[in-house]
Amino acid sequence: MKDRWARILAPVLLLLFLVGTWEVLVRWFHVQPFILPAPSQILIAFGDNFALLSWHGAITLSEILLGLLLGGLGGFLLAIAVFYSPLLDKALYPLIIGSQMIPVFAIAPILIVWMGYGLWPKVTVAALISFFPLVVNVSDGLREPSEPAVDLFRSMGATRSQIFWKLRLPASMPTLFSGLKVSATLAVVGATIGEWVGSRRGLGYLMLQSNARLRMNLVFAAILMLSILGLLLFGVLRIIERRVVHWRAAKADAGEV
Amino acid sequence: MNGTTALRIENVTKSFDQRSTRIPVLNSVSFELQAGTWTTVLGPSGCGKTTLLKIIAGLETPDSGRVLVDGSAASQLGATAYLPQHDTLLPWRTALGNAILASEIDGRSKDEAKREAMALFDHFGLSGFESMVPSQLSGGMRQRLALIRTFLTQRSILLLDEPLGALDPLTRATLQKWLLGVWDELKKTVLLVTHDAEEALLLSDRILVLTERPAQLQLDQGVQLERPRDRGSRALVDQKSQLLELLLKEGAIT
Ligand SMILES: Nc1ncnc2c1ncn2[C@@H]1O[C@H](COP(=O)(O)OP(=O)(O)OP(=O)(O)O)[C@@H](O)[C@H]1O
Ligand SMILES: [Mg+2]
Repeated sequence: MKDRWARILAPVLLLLFLVGTWEVLVRWFHVQPFILPAPSQILIAFGDNFALLSWHGAITLSEILLGLLLGGLGGFLLAIAVFYSPLLDKALYPLIIGSQMIPVFAIAPILIVWMGYGLWPKVTVAALISFFPLVVNVSDGLREPSEPAVDLFRSMGATRSQIFWKLRLPASMPTLFSGLKVSATLAVVGATIGEWVGSRRGLGYLMLQSNARLRMNLVFAAILMLSILGLLLFGVLRIIERRVVHWRAAKADAGEV
Repeated sequence: MNGTTALRIENVTKSFDQRSTRIPVLNSVSFELQAGTWTTVLGPSGCGKTTLLKIIAGLETPDSGRVLVDGSAASQLGATAYLPQHDTLLPWRTALGNAILASEIDGRSKDEAKREAMALFDHFGLSGFESMVPSQLSGGMRQRLALIRTFLTQRSILLLDEPLGALDPLTRATLQKWLLGVWDELKKTVLLVTHDAEEALLLSDRILVLTERPAQLQLDQGVQLERPRDRGSRALVDQKSQLLELLLKEGAIT
């Protein structure tokens, strides 16, 4: 219990300290708000524009969630396919790795050309960027069961599908969730990039617009909103993770994000 | 016992490729197990005991020779209850869920399997721990759970690979007694692998001693001791030192 409080309190105190320092420095040196607004000004802008931020935030969030869902599902299925087909493994794995060398920034404009200014190019960018951690982690997870464990199942006369459902899939849950948490953070980045490259709504759009008009406090308020969304998503995933990977819950409580 | 042959091993030979060399592991091993008897395999470390059990379970195919379960040479996968040497409890399942794994694989009724499991939990002193996950159990408890799972596999032949290997002497002695009790009740055919000559003499009707790799049958001896056996009895101590001598001559006993 004491540990738990320390885990919540420590980062909060550090954050307060950093924000406080920021506030003091901005006031001390009379930094112009259109260069760097003080945290208090950002908070005020956040409050004043809450409806606007929520509206754009909802759009960005839906892009993030859809991207994560599609990318995650794709990565998950691909990992299974690659696991069960050595041929596919040989053919696909180098391509999957290679695809990660392509910067998403480079393909986002192309996607805009193909798909227009709507939701889908952002969803696609978020999906493309978030599927990779899942492929890697689920592949590792499916290989997790030891040889003796697989032997045990085979000795009982288990079919391949029984070994998958009762052994490999549950064994892959810890790494799947590790991957999913990384993917979620990446999906936030992906959706924002998609919006920067071309859009008429979303937090990324709001940032660019406000930036151009030197409304720096609104830029920061949008960043704050984006961080809150990212943290919420991360938090929800952790709650689900604790349910699903219940046998590790005790360990996760002791530390490790 | 009733004298029907439950398991027949005929000239089983096996070698493995390791790097560029081929190492022979089993060299023409043959024996038969009578239904309802307890046979123990002793042998130096790394001689091929686990390999022998895996071949019997159908997990490895012999280079030559064959294995007959109840007279049939069909694949043995699913025909025996195998307890691997290493811990294979599923960490996400409760103790009860682990115990009834085989019944799920077989598509048997879960309720019935659970009822049978409860009786064995009781026998092995695990009552009250049914809903714990393996990480909450001690080493001895996990081993008992693995044994319960093996018994609940509901096959007449049990292949036990050093089930009491990593336990302290006291737990080990208690488990030996429990094991004998269940075996007596359930009338299974047991093939046990162990390093421990005393354990072999305490438990078995018959002892097979393997040579160093490539393993051959070196000794096939019935154990003529009245049950229940006493580890301090003169006859047992004598036979134990004879066995040890034989194993030491072979070199590596651990
Ligand atoms: N799949 C495999 N591939 C290559 N070599 C193997 C394989 N399985 C076993 N071996 C080799 O076969 C030999 C016998 O192994 P095995 O596990 O059967 O011995 P063991 O008698 O059970 O040993 P221990 O007493 O330590 O459990 C060892 O030298 C091992 O390295
Ligand atoms: Mg072994």
